[in-house]
Amino acid sequence: MITFRLNGRDVSLDVPEDTPLLWAIRDDLGLTGTKFGCGVGQCGACTVHVGGRATRSCITPISAIQGADVTTIEGLDPQGSHPVQQAWREIQVPQCGYCQSGQIMQAASLLKDYPSPTDEEIDGVMGGSLCRCMTYIRIRKAIKQAAELARNYGSATEGDSSNG
Amino acid sequence: MGNPERIFARRSGRAGNGLSRRSFLMTALGAGLTFGFSGKASAEQIIGPDGKAVPSPVPPGFEPTIWCSVQPDGFIDVNIIRAEMGQHVGTALARILADEMEADWEKIRIVHVDTDPKWGMMVTGGSWSVWQTWDQFRQAGAAARTVLTEEGAKLLGVPADQCTVRNSVVSAGTRSVSFGEIVSQAKPTRSFTPDEMAKLPLKTPGERRLIGQQVKALDIPGKTTGEAVYGIDARVDGMVYARPKIPPTRYGSKVLSVDDSAAKKVPGYIRYIALDDPSETVPGWVVVLASSYPAAIRATDLLNVRWQAGKTAHVSERDILDHGRQQTASSSGGSRIMDDKGVDESFSKAAHVFERTYTCGSVMHYQLEPMNALVFLKDGKWEVHCGNQWQTLFLPVFAKALQVPEEQIIMRSYMLGGGFGRRLNGDYVVPAALASKAIDGKPVKLILTRSDDMLFDSFRSPSVQTLRLAMDGKKGFSGFQHHASAGWPTQVMAEAAMEKGADGKPYDQFAISGADTWYDCGPMLVRAISNDLANDTFRPGWLRSVSAGWTPWATEQFWDEVAHEIGRDPVELRLSMLNGEGPDGRNKGKAPDSTGGALRQNAVLRRLTEKCGWGQKQSDPDTALGIATGFGQERGMPTWTAGAALVHVNRETGVVTCRKIWIVIDAGTIVDPDGALAQTEGGALWGLSMALCEGGEIVDGQPKDRNLDTYTPLRITDVPEMDVEFIHSTEKPTGLGEPGVTTVAPAISNAIFNAVGIRMRHLPIRPDDVLAALREKTRS
Repeated sequence: MITFRLNGRDVSLDVPEDTPLLWAIRDDLGLTGTKFGCGVGQCGACTVHVGGRATRSCITPISAIQGADVTTIEGLDPQGSHPVQQAWREIQVPQCGYCQSGQIMQAASLLKDYPSPTDEEIDGVMGGSLCRCMTYIRIRKAIKQAAELARNYGSATEGDSSNG
Repeated sequence: MGNPERIFARRSGRAGNGLSRRSFLMTALGAGLTFGFSGKASAEQIIGPDGKAVPSPVPPGFEPTIWCSVQPDGFIDVNIIRAEMGQHVGTALARILADEMEADWEKIRIVHVDTDPKWGMMVTGGSWSVWQTWDQFRQAGAAARTVLTEEGAKLLGVPADQCTVRNSVVSAGTRSVSFGEIVSQAKPTRSFTPDEMAKLPLKTPGERRLIGQQVKALDIPGKTTGEAVYGIDARVDGMVYARPKIPPTRYGSKVLSVDDSAAKKVPGYIRYIALDDPSETVPGWVVVLASSYPAAIRATDLLNVRWQAGKTAHVSERDILDHGRQQTASSSGGSRIMDDKGVDESFSKAAHVFERTYTCGSVMHYQLEPMNALVFLKDGKWEVHCGNQWQTLFLPVFAKALQVPEEQIIMRSYMLGGGFGRRLNGDYVVPAALASKAIDGKPVKLILTRSDDMLFDSFRSPSVQTLRLAMDGKKGFSGFQHHASAGWPTQVMAEAAMEKGADGKPYDQFAISGADTWYDCGPMLVRAISNDLANDTFRPGWLRSVSAGWTPWATEQFWDEVAHEIGRDPVELRLSMLNGEGPDGRNKGKAPDSTGGALRQNAVLRRLTEKCGWGQKQSDPDTALGIATGFGQERGMPTWTAGAALVHVNRETGVVTCRKIWIVIDAGTIVDPDGALAQTEGGALWGLSMALCEGGEIVDGQPKDRNLDTYTPLRITDVPEMDVEFIHSTEKPTGLGEPGVTTVAPAISNAIFNAVGIRMRHLPIRPDDVLAALREKTRS
């Protein structure tokens, strides 16, 4: 039995220990905003926050998150209005949208480390997140806008504020 | 060129059967109550004006046509039969209808409908959606406005011609009544047949209030919160998970034995099924069922299947390209799609012939959502839940696979985690359907892992193109030939939709379009050849821009090479040939789709050269501009396009860096300006990615790359500066999903030549090939 916090709520799961966190979140806990892309941690579509850090859930065994705080796109902000989400809508970033949960989670994490990111910092962090629609121009623009919004918003941490 | 919609509509007589939306919704409601969905999946996906999902189904409202329904509370549901795969198609199409209807945009909801014969051909591809819906949705909007004005006028006690309509309100003087009030008070009943719709007067461009204005796409909010529902998210109670074991060849493999003794040790493993596929879509497949997807992945890895492989087990990329070279070199075979009088004579009389051959390697789709489908039998009907781009083509295939009439199958609509043409081919549904059938119609959710997905991709075929110019002397030319060999997706999957050439022979228009240029270069011969070895080895796919993604790789490099050969400026040479003339005046264009003809391509090229500073010397060494131009997807629906690339070549490493891309496009009326820009940005970066980052390879009959470790599409770090401009126009809108792709690769290659003097005639352009060409140049 694995116990952890998902979007601020305690959850327990009785699944094999090597079950990837991705499938536990999607199929056992029913939150499908986190996506399956490459399955080997190289596309970023499955990105969630574990202990506040961007983590590839497709290569994270459930056993590794015993007792941890996990935040998915659904829990990033109670109203879906994290500065990154707002900027994503204002700049009209998503096309097919399939990678965007992961892009947003990665970008939210980026802003914690670099509150005013440069292009190089954005490239360095976001280079691991593939967008097949190639919305990269807008991702870059939206991250800068989100950084500005975050300064007004107070902080760029998760809405559940459980893991800052 | 070909529009399969027209062809199929003619053949199957599938235009509307008179079923009302009311009766359809009643059916959907009944089904919705009995599906027992545990998740969010329901009969239809409806998105409200705030971008939030609206619980489905909504109650039936007043339907002036099948395309929209007006509710008593004023909401207007617009039925969208096109797949949403990132182009914000519902928003663009609803804008067309709402504008003509004089509807309040804040009251518009878009409904992504499920398959029903009443919708006619359901296909989303070819950059056609706006172009092919333009008349239909303007007429549907006019029909709605007409009847609501008539009924509103009655309520106001004035003649209809004394009313004005704006923002869903009918007014006469100081009195007014809203669309919602009209529907609830007057209970209008008038509806329109397609013939009646076609006769309604339409607004002039000056009267448009939504088309061409900025708008936030309705599908975007759900894509920022995790709420958007894709095929892979579809769930139903009691479903089991499935993963395929894919045989060593695409066709002809036979299962000899299956040993599941190791798979049985995986907790959750249920069984395997060796598929018996009457549709021959997935011959030799074995599917593993398990109670969870991770268990299905593990058990499939451990399942030991022995096959007798098909005859293509050792075919390589090189074999296919070599075969293509033989085909283009031979004068026999293929279909002559342009065969101008005098072309053969011009070559027999030529002083000499300038000839070049260009090749392209395989390109994988790598749409980010792997292929998947959920299939089950409910109340005598097979339910197919997945994202798909060409439902009408594949429903008969599923029917054949399941051995049931087509009427017993319904496909539910979902968001597509990338289409790019992969989901025009619905082959991935068949194994899910057959697996479900094998367990008495119980729900089976089949998902391909990424490696399965790449192995089973219906990728862009390698191609070989040989171009020849009949030269009179040193500077003049008198005839042109273009011979192109590639795998033919349409021949393999939709043979009835193939066009016929000038010689009466069928050909795949999606494997030659783009070669039939608008240049006036003397009599032309354009010959399309099916690479049968490619067709036998894999299932060639339609991939973003289809042939227009690779024919300009040849034409636009060739004319650059010709220009340098005869001492003319590459832009000036092209402009002189984009004169709106040509044999039989064919380059004058035809209203409404190609009004203005080649002169519009001439205009975008001129505008491009002004913007990019063509002719100015670059200050950095080994850095130069290259240009290319084209007409988007097809002659019948030209999107006039010109592109430039500023490129730097590193002579030490062979690495080519694209610093900036300029694109100028004339696509007629731009319905959704930001959506148009987004599609062009994404398309141009696809062009760049295919030029410098991608390129697959067939090894032993299968694609070599199985994931991102070796297949490396463009990432954010490689994105250049970009400048996109649309020419202002009120002509009929053409397509924008793909044309952004088309000019980038040849522009880059032309820039490389201008920078360091080498010609890269194989796509993708790899550093090793650049270094080899630089060494070769030094030697010579």
